[in-house]
Amino acid sequence: MAAESKQPLLEMRNITKSFPGVRALDGVSFDLYAGEVHALVGENGAGKSTLMKVLGGVYPHPEYGGEILINGEAQRFAGIRQAESAGIAVVYQELSLVKDMTVGENIFLGREPRRFGIILWDELYRRAHALLDELHLKIDPRTPVRNLGIGQQQLVEIAKALSQTARILVLDEPTAALTESEVETLFKILDSLRARGVGMIYISHKLDEVFRLSDRITVLRDGRTVGTDFTKNLDEARVIARMVGREVGDIFPKRTHEAGAPVFEVRNMTVEDPNVPGKFLVKNVSFSVRRGEVLGIAGLMGAGRSDLLMAIFGAHAGRVRGQIFVEGKRVRINSPSEAIRYGLGFVTEDRKRFGLILDQTILNNMTLASLPHVSGRFVTNADAEAAAGERASRELRVKANNVFTIVGTLSGGNQQKVVLAKWLLTKPRVLFLDEPTRGIDVGAKQEIYAQVNRLASEGLAIVLVSSELPEVLGLSDRVLVLHEGHITGEFKRAEATPEAVMSCATGHVKEVSSKQ
Amino acid sequence: MSQTNERVANEPAVDRPPVMADTAPQLRVGGLRIPTDALRAYTLVFALVAIWVIFSYKTNNIFLEPRNISNLMRQTAVTGVLAVGMLMVIVTGQIDLSVGSVVGLTGGIAAIFLTWFGYGLVPALAAAVVAGLLIGALHGALTAYANIPAFIVTLGGMLVWRGAVKGLTQGNTIPVALQSFRDIGQQYVSKPTGWVIAVAAVASIVLLNVRRNSARRRHGLQAASAISLAVRTIIPSAVIIGFIWVLNSYSGVPVPVIILIAVAVVGAFLTEQTTFGRYLYAIGGNPDAARLSGINLRLHILAVFCIIGALAAVAGMINTARLGSATPDAGTLLELNAIAACVIGGASLVGGRGTVFGACLGALFMASLDNGMSLAGIKDYVQDITKGAILVFAVGLDMLGRRKG
Repeated sequence: MAAESKQPLLEMRNITKSFPGVRALDGVSFDLYAGEVHALVGENGAGKSTLMKVLGGVYPHPEYGGEILINGEAQRFAGIRQAESAGIAVVYQELSLVKDMTVGENIFLGREPRRFGIILWDELYRRAHALLDELHLKIDPRTPVRNLGIGQQQLVEIAKALSQTARILVLDEPTAALTESEVETLFKILDSLRARGVGMIYISHKLDEVFRLSDRITVLRDGRTVGTDFTKNLDEARVIARMVGREVGDIFPKRTHEAGAPVFEVRNMTVEDPNVPGKFLVKNVSFSVRRGEVLGIAGLMGAGRSDLLMAIFGAHAGRVRGQIFVEGKRVRINSPSEAIRYGLGFVTEDRKRFGLILDQTILNNMTLASLPHVSGRFVTNADAEAAAGERASRELRVKANNVFTIVGTLSGGNQQKVVLAKWLLTKPRVLFLDEPTRGIDVGAKQEIYAQVNRLASEGLAIVLVSSELPEVLGLSDRVLVLHEGHITGEFKRAEATPEAVMSCATGHVKEVSSKQ
Repeated sequence: MSQTNERVANEPAVDRPPVMADTAPQLRVGGLRIPTDALRAYTLVFALVAIWVIFSYKTNNIFLEPRNISNLMRQTAVTGVLAVGMLMVIVTGQIDLSVGSVVGLTGGIAAIFLTWFGYGLVPALAAAVVAGLLIGALHGALTAYANIPAFIVTLGGMLVWRGAVKGLTQGNTIPVALQSFRDIGQQYVSKPTGWVIAVAAVASIVLLNVRRNSARRRHGLQAASAISLAVRTIIPSAVIIGFIWVLNSYSGVPVPVIILIAVAVVGAFLTEQTTFGRYLYAIGGNPDAARLSGINLRLHILAVFCIIGALAAVAGMINTARLGSATPDAGTLLELNAIAACVIGGASLVGGRGTVFGACLGALFMASLDNGMSLAGIKDYVQDITKGAILVFAVGLDMLGRRKG
């Protein structure tokens, strides 16, 4: 096997990287040989993506500690371009295609074949066509990316990475949005690359894929390397044990209370893509949630989960159809302020983009959605406001000197608590949580879970959206599964096994849900 | 609504002292921790003193004579009133390039009402302010509801309203004879009134500091030491007393300065002590987060444009009254002064940051520059180049500070 050749293609030694309040990588070492698939596994927030961003030049040289060697030569990337020219191609988890450009334009973006500065369009499309052919992808390079499904977009992204004659290919959760046949296509591509001597780093949560593909497996946990071993010497149970480092069940609190009467219901919710008329992000979704109940919504990236919540909250840009009922009464919600008035709270995903004003204080952020109530209708009452903020801060155990600390200086977990506090101060009846624990450490996750449980036991109805399956399964009383905008499954807590939920989420439902 | 009352009833019943942020971005110099905002304020004050010294030297002390200071303050008033409005626009993440033209148009409307139509003071003022308000509302509506960037709306407005004033006045200067109108720009308040204002200002500084300190203690923040408390009260008090003394040693405090103080106090209250102000900073700081927190972005953007429209009319009044006539090119380039004043005073063009007090200091800086350069006989083109360069430099400093923070 190529993995036994002498000099590694890539060596990363003692890599450290800190963000304000979090040490994301703490002395991680990693190597890769030519013609090898080296899997990198670990829980969300273990540092996998951060490590790959260091490798890809997203965090340029002085921003991290440690050494990167390629073929034994020390490298200090000043940026993405330099990493690329050293033969590193990274396919990131978030799609980075320009949707309004064609497939061909995207593949050669920034590296268009040109003569005297003029782009040779025929040449570009000829080469794009050849590349897609080689990967057995039946995609016309002149198609706008916007018209492709999310799985095909992912494959284009991979084609783009390969067009750069990469020696090292990093794939970050490449199959998250792929259908089964697309996954097969991808694996064939990877096998042919292996034969060509490309070294591949494969990041995935799906251990069956990891075991099928990889030569070696490295496990990361909390920013440290737990171990690297040949795949043939490992099995899934041992990898999982290394990933979590503890019993899986114990981070989720025990639930003892019973759910009460229904407080919130949506019927036949249909959400149109604001950019592509006629394309629907969510189709005919109906569900209800009861007092004290946690309703989990599972689904893959792009399944329409966030669009559904945005639409319910009156914050979707495109057309929305369907009925919303609060406490049995039909309501019309056209803006977030109306949603708040009806007692809905919405802990949005991506706290930095949608949740927080990073250069303002904890207090200003916490009271933003409830200012007239906690402070004053027109003239603010600084003392009352500070008292409300301090109480919320204590209740949620926000770790900061005081509520006048600037939010941007807090760790991710504490920032998330501030967003949660903001919505609790509006005294909601229904709380929507969209990816509430993304990018925060295990301890903070556990605290968020405990809060979710406490709030439910106090009678709040909670709708939880998460791409972390254990989280959805561990917290929810009931689980809905979305696939491409449709509900493809509904499970009670006891019936919700990872396998069953996953097969609904990927659209491979064996039997149509009887609930429909 | 009973739910609302319940929420309020839960809060401790205490009165409302200002609470200040404790952990603003800081710069460490040895053992000393200086908030970067404060550092900027010191830099501005230092720059102000520096140009005053230079102009004073260049003009054989004419610059610092009470007569010129009085003049300078009147110029500051026009820029300052605009800067207070511009600050709210900039904090919200918008921009208004049309204020110079609106100053010209509203001043022209007032003069036309007075001189051509023979109306009295009140109808003329009302007409001008209503015109300013409507123009602002139009800009705001086009920006917020038609989604045209404010930059384009007000760039267009700059030409449209300048064209309108040229058309209305038919290119002529319209003199205003009515003394009560001219008083707005030319009169002084009596010297004892000046002293009353000084005493009131000093008293409020002492009161604010004491209350601020007790509020800090109540929220478990470190209270200011006796020395720093003394410095915080004595220095501003001394500046105010000195300021009134200088103005009184000429003819008293000019009426435009009184107008500016009133506008600034209301502006500071609005931005710092109201939910409306808080929402403006939130919208500028992160529009997505603000919108999802239930804030009506469009309404607030409309509101700030209405405010700056009305304030442009106030500035137009002062300007016309000061000059005793309305000219078709009155107010030209005042938008540059107002924007520069905000930025020099610590506002960020990205939105979400800036204070009314800073904008007023910035206005004083820009007016000093205008006044001093004219007095020193610096050529017109050099003045333009200097001011343009200072604007770009100030924005550059802000961006530099942002990247590090």
